[in-house]
Amino acid sequence: MSIASLLQRPFSVKRIPGFATIAIITFFCLYAPVIILVAYSFNAGTSLAIWEGFSLVWYQQAIANEAVQAAGLRSLALASIAATIATVAATMAGLATTRKRPFKGQTAVYTLINQPLMVPEIVTAVALLIFFAIIKVATGYQGMGYLIVAHTAFCIPFAYLPIRARLQGMDLSLERAAADLYATPWLTFKRITLPIMAPGIMAGFMLAFVISLDDVVISEFVKTPGQETLPTYMLGQLRRVVTPEVNAISSVLLAISILFVALFFFLNSRRS
Amino acid sequence: MNSNKPEDSVAIDVQSVTKIFKGETEVLALDDVSVQVRENEFFTLLGPSGCGKTTLLRLIAGFEHPTDGRIKLHGSDISLLPPNKRPVNTVFQNYALFPHMTVAGNIEFGLEMMGQAKAERSATVDRMLALVQMEELKNRRITEISGGQQQRVALARALAPHPKVLLLDEPLSALDLKLRKEMQIELKRLQHETGITFVFVTHDQEEALTMSDRVAVMSAGKILQVGSPRDIYDHPTDRFVANFIGESNFLNAELTKVSKGKGMIKLASGAELDASLPSDAPAVGPVSILIRPEHSQLTKRSSKAPLSGSIDNIVYFGTDTHFHITLETSEAFTVRTQNKPGFEGAFQIGDQVSLTIEPDAVQVLKD
Repeated sequence: MSIASLLQRPFSVKRIPGFATIAIITFFCLYAPVIILVAYSFNAGTSLAIWEGFSLVWYQQAIANEAVQAAGLRSLALASIAATIATVAATMAGLATTRKRPFKGQTAVYTLINQPLMVPEIVTAVALLIFFAIIKVATGYQGMGYLIVAHTAFCIPFAYLPIRARLQGMDLSLERAAADLYATPWLTFKRITLPIMAPGIMAGFMLAFVISLDDVVISEFVKTPGQETLPTYMLGQLRRVVTPEVNAISSVLLAISILFVALFFFLNSRRS
Repeated sequence: MNSNKPEDSVAIDVQSVTKIFKGETEVLALDDVSVQVRENEFFTLLGPSGCGKTTLLRLIAGFEHPTDGRIKLHGSDISLLPPNKRPVNTVFQNYALFPHMTVAGNIEFGLEMMGQAKAERSATVDRMLALVQMEELKNRRITEISGGQQQRVALARALAPHPKVLLLDEPLSALDLKLRKEMQIELKRLQHETGITFVFVTHDQEEALTMSDRVAVMSAGKILQVGSPRDIYDHPTDRFVANFIGESNFLNAELTKVSKGKGMIKLASGAELDASLPSDAPAVGPVSILIRPEHSQLTKRSSKAPLSGSIDNIVYFGTDTHFHITLETSEAFTVRTQNKPGFEGAFQIGDQVSLTIEPDAVQVLKD
């Protein structure tokens, strides 16, 4: 290959020597532990390190474990409620920040909405612990409300990002055209804005759902005794004897996350 | 429906409309604009970007409301009505077709919002598809058709509710030259067939001249001149209008006589010529005049000619040739001559020449 032809071609990182090697090593480091975790969830023995044959015993044990059942159902319920409320809030925020002319203080609003992504999770967790403690003392309420509020709060930016991305790709003149064609503001929203932004809303919901499902730090600080979610239950188990049951539960969580993330990318790629 | 109305009854009456956009800095988009669009005419708002033509269109559509003044549609004040309550439809610059609907779905949308029955709607959709020759693509998605086809769907969608006025916001600017020429003819045909009043916004002077019944030339939030394309081209009353539409020679002269709307001017050579005057005629004295490059001819040097000078440059354009001349007054002047076979070489660079000026070619400007 002549130098001239090299110069003519645009720069591509793919042609740097060793690109493939580095990529393979990176992916190996990222995914090897996960693959081992999943593999050992099928281990017949009690060891996390010695392979003793294939078995589904840990899955059976996890399913039969009433504590796992309770924590699992609580996690699913919490993720569903928090993700739903967060998605509704994020949808409204998305509409307000993209469907009008930019308003004064819009950047400040973006920052406020996305703040939970920037603040270290442990700080939010401690803040919520103290804040909710005050409310608990004042009201005596001990229920799931605290976890729902906390999860909703940190899920909003995750739901907001794909919704906003979708709305920003949507021409403002579409709503004008609908109004021009005699549609009332409500019908414009129902027939034009909502159907076009729907994939963004779905993607936002799924991202929020997965984030809530996987959360451990904030849940650990906010929950009242007995309100174990799946991740906090697993954290508790790790303090005692660790068996591949934790691997089995992790593998199921992983499967759910992969499913949702895959759906998220699928919906986001279907841009019209 | 409106067939027995007189030809020149007013469709849109814009009365002293001012539009100020408030923001970091206030922008005066329209400055006390008054204009009347007649029933059934193809009316064009022409001007450079930022002149306020799109703002005026949006005010008529209802996407913006005037800061001051009123807009009437067939006599009733629509200034403050929302867009969905105005019997006016828009063809958007980027078409703004609904991407999640089919071609037919887009055309049907307005009819459905008006509350038409299903059977009537499908009949109208089919009629509109036939009107823009898109019958075969009825059930295609918007994302599956070409730009030119989208343009036709946008037209059909806006025409389907049979609006009192159709507003077109630079709808041809995204098309390539050939398609644009086709659509110019197509738009003219549609306007003729539907009998709907068209208000067309463009920055393209050729588009404005070829399609319009009347043109309003805008600059800096004001309408400078309204008239037929021929009026605007042959008798621009304003230096901006003359410059914006076609090529112009501006000369200094003296207005010596004004009578019955006609004037007489005297050139530096002493020659006196009849001249058209703008509506608010200037007083006798020094004025600027305009002569179009094709309204003058080169001749051999003659002391009796109104203008004389020397040829600086000759530029060949295929259909015609431009002669750039420096007059004896050291003013620049361009003559455009249509090329004929065997005419090559009649004049050379550096030749001393005189110019004849055709009758009715001199226009006195306001400034």
